[in-house]
Amino acid sequence: MNVSTAPPALAGKRILIAKPGLDGHDAGAKVIALALRDAGADIIYTGLRKTPDYIARMAVDEDVHAVGLSILSGSHNELVNATATRLAELGASEIKIFVGGTIPVADHPGLRAAGAAEIFSAEMPLDAIVRRITELLQ
Amino acid sequence: MNTRRDAVSTDLSPRVPSHPPTLAVSTPSGLDVPAIVTAEMASHSAVGEPGRSPFTRSIFTDGYRGRLWTFRQYSGFGSAQETNERYHFLLRQGATGLSVALDLPTQCGYDPDDSMSSGEVGKVGVSVSTLADAELLFRGIDLGAISTSFTINGTAAILYAMYLAVADKTGVPRKKLTGTIQNDILKEYVARGTWIFPVRPSMRLIADTILFSTKETPRFNPISIAGAHVRDAGATAVEEMGYTLANGLAYVTELVGRGADPNAFAQRLSFFFYVHMDLFEETAKFRAGRRLWAKLLAEKFGVTDPRALMFRFGVVCGGSSLTAAQPYNNIVRVAIENMAAVLGGAQSIFTCAYDEAFQIPTEFSAELAVRTQQIVAYESGVGRTVDPLGGSYYVEWLTDRMEEEIRKVIRDIDDYGGVERAIEEGYIQARVAQRAYLRKQRRESGEDTVVGENHFRNDSTKHDFGEMFRMNPNTTSNVLARLAEVRRSRDAGRVSTALAALEVATLNPQENVMPYLIECCRAYATVGEMVERLKRNWGEFKEPIRL
Repeated sequence: MNVSTAPPALAGKRILIAKPGLDGHDAGAKVIALALRDAGADIIYTGLRKTPDYIARMAVDEDVHAVGLSILSGSHNELVNATATRLAELGASEIKIFVGGTIPVADHPGLRAAGAAEIFSAEMPLDAIVRRITELLQ
Repeated sequence: MNTRRDAVSTDLSPRVPSHPPTLAVSTPSGLDVPAIVTAEMASHSAVGEPGRSPFTRSIFTDGYRGRLWTFRQYSGFGSAQETNERYHFLLRQGATGLSVALDLPTQCGYDPDDSMSSGEVGKVGVSVSTLADAELLFRGIDLGAISTSFTINGTAAILYAMYLAVADKTGVPRKKLTGTIQNDILKEYVARGTWIFPVRPSMRLIADTILFSTKETPRFNPISIAGAHVRDAGATAVEEMGYTLANGLAYVTELVGRGADPNAFAQRLSFFFYVHMDLFEETAKFRAGRRLWAKLLAEKFGVTDPRALMFRFGVVCGGSSLTAAQPYNNIVRVAIENMAAVLGGAQSIFTCAYDEAFQIPTEFSAELAVRTQQIVAYESGVGRTVDPLGGSYYVEWLTDRMEEEIRKVIRDIDDYGGVERAIEEGYIQARVAQRAYLRKQRRESGEDTVVGENHFRNDSTKHDFGEMFRMNPNTTSNVLARLAEVRRSRDAGRVSTALAALEVATLNPQENVMPYLIECCRAYATVGEMVERLKRNWGEFKEPIRL
């Protein structure tokens, strides 16, 4: 499989890849950013250690279609909730949220209820993740 | 009925590659290996004798006969009280060293009651915000009798100061203390991300700890220059060793700039690596790294004392080589990796628990990880004679090839303008991210075989990982209550005097901040308060965003 040969499914889409909280493991976030960029998306990456407030403001300022939150510290429940709440407060509920990292299956329903449109994990294929995000942004 | 949700979850599940697994003819670092390696292909002349520089075979003449490697299990979660109980459990099981995992607020310099710590207290390690936590963490443990390793970087100097303050208070002479603080900030900028200050003041702080430790705690390792996290983030075995040695040389340069003698301080430098599944590449990586470090110190800094040329290293087995699919397969992987670390001559080894890829290990899996080390040590016989693979055509050839390739990585960074510039401009970070992307693609395509995950899958056993470890839901409130109590009961005057003196010390680059940090700890100043004072004059690292 080679993602770079895929048609530019995400051409014209703007996506913010964000690292909320204190977790410094950014390999997954960067891999997803590279895969989405290869699929034609405009990628903005926040860098590490951003608050949900910062991320929500950046998403609005940059006029993105989706925000990907990468969390491997176990603090996903608090951080996803806070980001979704902040986006709603800024009147930007239409921005889709997807989540990646080490998220136990038991926490999925809560995250979806909080506003996560999809939850990805490291063993999922990149092309399937790209396809699913493309679907979400149609 | 095929609902949308069903369709999506099928779509996202890992797929079995269309072709059968193949036996790779190149190593995971991309070195092509001939079917037959002959005696002529390896430069046996460079092998030398164990215990003699450049130490290809071992830093000791007697290998593990003199002293076995340390069995060190990484552990820490929740409150100091809970972690203290786990330490007593591990020591009863036969662990000979402790390894402290700290939570992210402690690692990044925020107090548990800081808004930045929200949701993170006690999550990936234990929360230590004042000396009161450190005292509780080591209660009932004789610090003069065990060695303690702290995975701490941005706030390493502060945790080291706390450990010294606990030893002082419990009457353990500083000269008896053994253990390690990771204290390797350069790799934090590349992977793992617990940096606080910019590169320059961070290098000064590290030099302060090493200079202080050389005098005050001569048996303690004030730095563990680590490749493990960069490897985990995507780097190959060659790059792991190359980046780590380049960082090591940068620390030596810094200390020499402070007027220190490398023949003395280089004896206290230690290293830390991952070991993955390719048994011979990993063994050769350690042998090549050990030889190259001795050569580089001699070439670049004129180091002559053989003890200063000794490349001492710890190893962690597991990490990104472990899978969530069929987690019991990880027990086998860890055993093979443990062998590679021993064949490479490691001084201390952590074995990951089989469930560590996705949760905090349970007592059952943590005990099994210690048992693995004991089986390798006492039943397998691999440690019976020094460097048992020495002289193997393949291993000597591969050691030579690894050394050549590691030198290329170091030269590439030199050509870029050195480690500091390469980090400040995000050059190494971008290289590692590209590697991670490539590795993910190779794993998905089935080009790299991961048994049970891509090839030889059995989906019915996918989520079978025995009992789950449960976090104590009251951890955060307990930690916050303790901190509030410390803030209330401490001598506020002593705290503000100590913090003010620390701030003044940061302005003079020739002053060592360690004594000021120790006084802050004794006064029960918090980690967040100390970091805040250091930031006032030093500022914060500005992360380069480069993909």
